[in-house]
Amino acid sequence: MLVCYFFVFLFLGMMGYIGYYTYNNQETMINNSYNAGQQMLVLQNRRGKIYSNDGQILAQTHVAEDGSEIREYPFGELFSHVVGYSTKGKTGVEALANFYLIQSNAPLSDKVDNNLENKKNPGDNVYTTLDVEIQQAADKAMGVYDGAIIATNPKTGEVLAMVSKPCFNPNEIASIWEELVEDDESSVLLNRVTSGLYPPGSTFKIVTALEYIHENPDTYMDYHFTCNGSITIDGSRIQCYHGSNHGYVDFEKSFAKSCNSSFANMSTKIDWNKFNKTLDKLAFGKELPFAMETAVSDAKASDDMLIDEKMQTVIGQGETLVTPLHLNMITSAIANKGKLVEPYLLKSVKNNYGAVIKEFSSPGTTQFMTEEEAAILVGLMEEVVEKGTATKLRDKAYTAAGKTGSAEYNSNRDSHAWFTGFAPVDDPQICVTVIIETAGSGGDYAVPMARRVFDAYFDKNN
Amino acid sequence: MEQYIVLLSKYFIAIFMAMYTYECFAVFRFKDEKSRKGIYTRQLILMVFVHAVCFVTIFVKTGEASYLIMYAFQQLAVFTVLVLFELFYPSVNRLVINNMCMLLSIGLIILTRLDQDKAVRQFIIAVISLACALIIPYFLKKVTVLRKLSWLYAVVGIAALGGVLALGGITNGSKLSYSIAGVTFQPSEIIKILFVLFVASALHESSSFIHVVYVTIVAAAHVLILVASRDLGGALIFFVTFVLMVFLATGKFRYLLLGIAGGATASYMAFKIFRHIQIRIQAYIDPWSYIDGEGYQITQSLFALGRGGLFGLGLYQGAPDDIPYVEQDFIFSAIVEEMGLIFGMCVILVCLSCFIMFMNISIRLKDKFYQLVAFGLAVLYIFQVFLTIGGDTKFIPLTGVTLPLVSYGGSSVLSTVIMFSIIEGLYIIRQNEGVRSVKQQSNQPKRTEYRESINEEKEEIV
Repeated sequence: MLVCYFFVFLFLGMMGYIGYYTYNNQETMINNSYNAGQQMLVLQNRRGKIYSNDGQILAQTHVAEDGSEIREYPFGELFSHVVGYSTKGKTGVEALANFYLIQSNAPLSDKVDNNLENKKNPGDNVYTTLDVEIQQAADKAMGVYDGAIIATNPKTGEVLAMVSKPCFNPNEIASIWEELVEDDESSVLLNRVTSGLYPPGSTFKIVTALEYIHENPDTYMDYHFTCNGSITIDGSRIQCYHGSNHGYVDFEKSFAKSCNSSFANMSTKIDWNKFNKTLDKLAFGKELPFAMETAVSDAKASDDMLIDEKMQTVIGQGETLVTPLHLNMITSAIANKGKLVEPYLLKSVKNNYGAVIKEFSSPGTTQFMTEEEAAILVGLMEEVVEKGTATKLRDKAYTAAGKTGSAEYNSNRDSHAWFTGFAPVDDPQICVTVIIETAGSGGDYAVPMARRVFDAYFDKNN
Repeated sequence: MEQYIVLLSKYFIAIFMAMYTYECFAVFRFKDEKSRKGIYTRQLILMVFVHAVCFVTIFVKTGEASYLIMYAFQQLAVFTVLVLFELFYPSVNRLVINNMCMLLSIGLIILTRLDQDKAVRQFIIAVISLACALIIPYFLKKVTVLRKLSWLYAVVGIAALGGVLALGGITNGSKLSYSIAGVTFQPSEIIKILFVLFVASALHESSSFIHVVYVTIVAAAHVLILVASRDLGGALIFFVTFVLMVFLATGKFRYLLLGIAGGATASYMAFKIFRHIQIRIQAYIDPWSYIDGEGYQITQSLFALGRGGLFGLGLYQGAPDDIPYVEQDFIFSAIVEEMGLIFGMCVILVCLSCFIMFMNISIRLKDKFYQLVAFGLAVLYIFQVFLTIGGDTKFIPLTGVTLPLVSYGGSSVLSTVIMFSIIEGLYIIRQNEGVRSVKQQSNQPKRTEYRESINEEKEEIV
């Protein structure tokens, strides 16, 4: 009897496993190129359309008279990275939503008719969170510069815009492919938002400030420092941007004015082992919670580091590298009471008649910091706009908060321009992160670009 | 039209199969065959339905009349077997016969879809096997010397297995078969039954320690030859069957524990020594990294399982041919892909109901030899089912054994049909004994007698 029960339970276990496994791995398996199922679906169904959140077509398949199919991207270069392409491999939304685009939930009677007429079934359509107007504003704002802009809704996690430059025209991907692949200097195909690793520069002071507040929750306001343009500790020297002399600064002003000397001074006052834990909590060195392929940001903190390394680290120079997406996540978390609502791109899947097949929301949340810490950082970032380096965002119909950065990437002190921030301060609806390569200071170059994105959003939504 | 038939048929197949499976377990609510009559009739009707619907689909898809002829022959064979069994042996256990026919039909359906020639060959062998099956119960009753042949079985078994090792042809990297006059024959399939007879006859009289040791040595010889022939699945089946039979014969847990410990040690050593076992384990742990090589089979099998969904893609709609050796080792994946997960789960449950019925029969047998034989064959059967389905679904590492009665393979079908009919024969013997003993003591109330005998039998079992 025992043996009988044993096998019965063994089999029940196996059946449970089979059901669980096949149900949970369906999507990954269909997306595997070794799976003939994908090819079978492609032969049966015409690839579905990709839409923006307001129903504009971002990608669609045309059937020529001879039956050949062409994937068309009505906006050309505008969505080149985020929507991606589907012929030379699959990238962007084309890759993310492939599973849905090649399925067809057309009504059975239609399928039968198509079968009789030897036509393909219309694939399911995918609606994204992307907003054409904001994408256009971001694209236009960047002008001729290379770099990246990402705009998200910090409360819902929706990605509103994702621009990476230089870009390409996905309609011509077949003819320009060779050229793009061979050119490894400007890396056109790289989505800089998710995979571009940049020194964070002064935007990293958000992280340093968080650590200082975290360690001194009651006394951080007592902090003060007298800046005379540079600081030297144990023979290592750190200079403020363009040698500016900030004079007497407290904690808030150090942040608002982005005073390197004051932050370098702070580096001697924080616990570097605790700092390491904070970095860990903010997902440095980890896979980011995002569906697209992303690069892993890198920041190190340990007590063993030399004072020079520590001083470089707290101001976002040195070895630290970050992706614009990651910085946007940190900013979003600050805007959303310390909790990151993980960003996502696919909003819903509908069949060819518009019947909803599946709806998506943010895959989850991650607590980056406490609500109190987030509130303090919001205050600091507000000051940056009011009195600091981002005053180009002041006196608008909306209130904004943020942090600039000018990240030096070579020994000639040429810098990438950063801005990351959100608006409105009281009720954050949009969080924008901008990086402009080799432009100059964040306040001069990145802030105006972010402003155009904010303007586009509030013009549309108010 | 064609599309409708293919689509609707898969739902009908799943529903009929589910109903059939339900009846398989409903049987156990009743104690005697008479009250089960209605169930068996319903099962027969459902069996005919499943078979007919599948062949209509096959005919519609292929448009070839030859399939209709195949169907007619198959259906005729099933009816003939059922009628003849009832005619020859009025006290037959119909569940065993029904399930045998059902599993054979399912096998023939999916084989017909995969490879018509193989299906025809399988059918011919099945008919021959069923003819043998008809005389086996009679043979069992008449030939009483079976219980006395103990060491002779072993001599024949070891000689045959050793012979394959020395001379056999190589299939799939393992030496498993003889070819005689163009007919390939895999002795280990038949030797399995001899092995059970050997262990049963050797242990039914004495289960003293020294005797068990002798038997173990001879049993180990079987297993080692199989390991040397690279028949990993075969070796495991022999081993597990042996350990469990010893446990039943002696009723001692320490033999079971010893067996498990010995098995674990031997497996570990085999893993260390044999490269082909290491490869299989590697492919089990992470098939995706070896998708081009060792993991190809299992990943293709998983794809097929995933493509199927609850109701399957429909016959001829999938790509089961992508799995190497699909007709033998991966027939279950092919079934799930085209006939659906529900159908596949039902196949598992039908196998399980066979096993439970076998155990039931074993428990009721008074004669220790017969009891051991029934038990041994039951374990042999269910463990093989477990190895193949578990392997196909990555529940356990692949061992490359067939799904009894369903997979393509003449030796496998022949030996399984013989196993089923031996158990059937034992059941008939027991029924007749029961009838006789009731007749002998007809002065006592029948009911109590029946109950007492049941109680007695239960006590014998551990």
